[in-house]
Amino acid sequence: MRGVVIGCGRVGSAVAKELAADGWDVTVVDENEDALARLGAGWLGGFVVGHGMDTRVLESAGIADADVAVVSTDGDNTNVVIGQVLQKRYEVGTVVARVLDPARAKFYADRGLPTVCPTQTAVSALLETARKASRQRSAAS
Amino acid sequence: MYVLVAGGGKVGSNVARSLLEMGHEVTLIEQRPDRFARLEEEFGPVVMRGDATEISVLERAGLARPPELVLAVTGDDEDNLVISQIAKEGYGVRKAIARVNNPRNQQHFDLLGITQTVCATTNILGLVEHEMPEHGLVRLLELQKEGLVIAEVQIEGGSPAAGKRAGGLGIPSGSRLISVWRQGRTELVEPSTVLRPGDQVLAVVPATATADLRRALLGAPAK
Repeated sequence: MRGVVIGCGRVGSAVAKELAADGWDVTVVDENEDALARLGAGWLGGFVVGHGMDTRVLESAGIADADVAVVSTDGDNTNVVIGQVLQKRYEVGTVVARVLDPARAKFYADRGLPTVCPTQTAVSALLETARKASRQRSAAS
Repeated sequence: MYVLVAGGGKVGSNVARSLLEMGHEVTLIEQRPDRFARLEEEFGPVVMRGDATEISVLERAGLARPPELVLAVTGDDEDNLVISQIAKEGYGVRKAIARVNNPRNQQHFDLLGITQTVCATTNILGLVEHEMPEHGLVRLLELQKEGLVIAEVQIEGGSPAAGKRAGGLGIPSGSRLISVWRQGRTELVEPSTVLRPGDQVLAVVPATATADLRRALLGAPAK
């Protein structure tokens, strides 16, 4: 499988490393050259310095042959725009974009762009913990 | 008319001022605190502080009414695209005009259906090209008020358009091939018309896009 990861922060770099460990051919795109360090000294995959909005950068990262693309830069709007470009222009089969704002994540998910919303995940997990504590307390009393 | 202006920089604030002077109802959204404070002094309750790409902020600004016009004129192309998409696709806003800061991003606006865009760089370049002679394209008539040019282009043997159907040429948006003059006769151009070397094509094209039209028909100009 061929994967392209756009945005090499905590999320993007971890996803890229896991996929590479699974045996994927992975190329990472980030504006900042220093982000390469996040992938570790033994990184054997591709790394392209540039902005994910730039089609030349996307193409040199091999987007045309990608099976999966993960868009995880630090900007919600950048991610949803790049995500849609990857779906519509490059017809990448599986695209997922990281969107911190739950409302925007839902808006774009409803329109066919798969999104992952870490905020919503955190809210749900925290609520679940709180409610579980409340249930245990009422069970004990 | 109710107009929502997203982005209170030079473009947004000046447009908002003019719209207010014309008697329109305006809400201006600006995120940066320093800019917001300055705008609030001038515009009072017309200006709202917030991130105009956040749906709750847009709703507080009256996006659900919906406005007759949304102007997405921040300095960030991704933001302008998202604002336009939320307005048009989420709230049924009929008309959204987006500012394109980096001309390279124009293609993304086109791809994602945000068809009404303004790009200062492209406009200035268009004017520069206007001042330079353009080999192969003759300006027959300029319609100043409409911003259109009627031009004639001669198709050559090596032109990218030769042998192709008029419908698939990728000519600039807003332009049309009207007729071809070949072998002493004029034919109206249909999408199925195949262009041939020697054809003289009459076209109507936005004044800022003549160079793009020439490129689509004749290829890149010789240096």
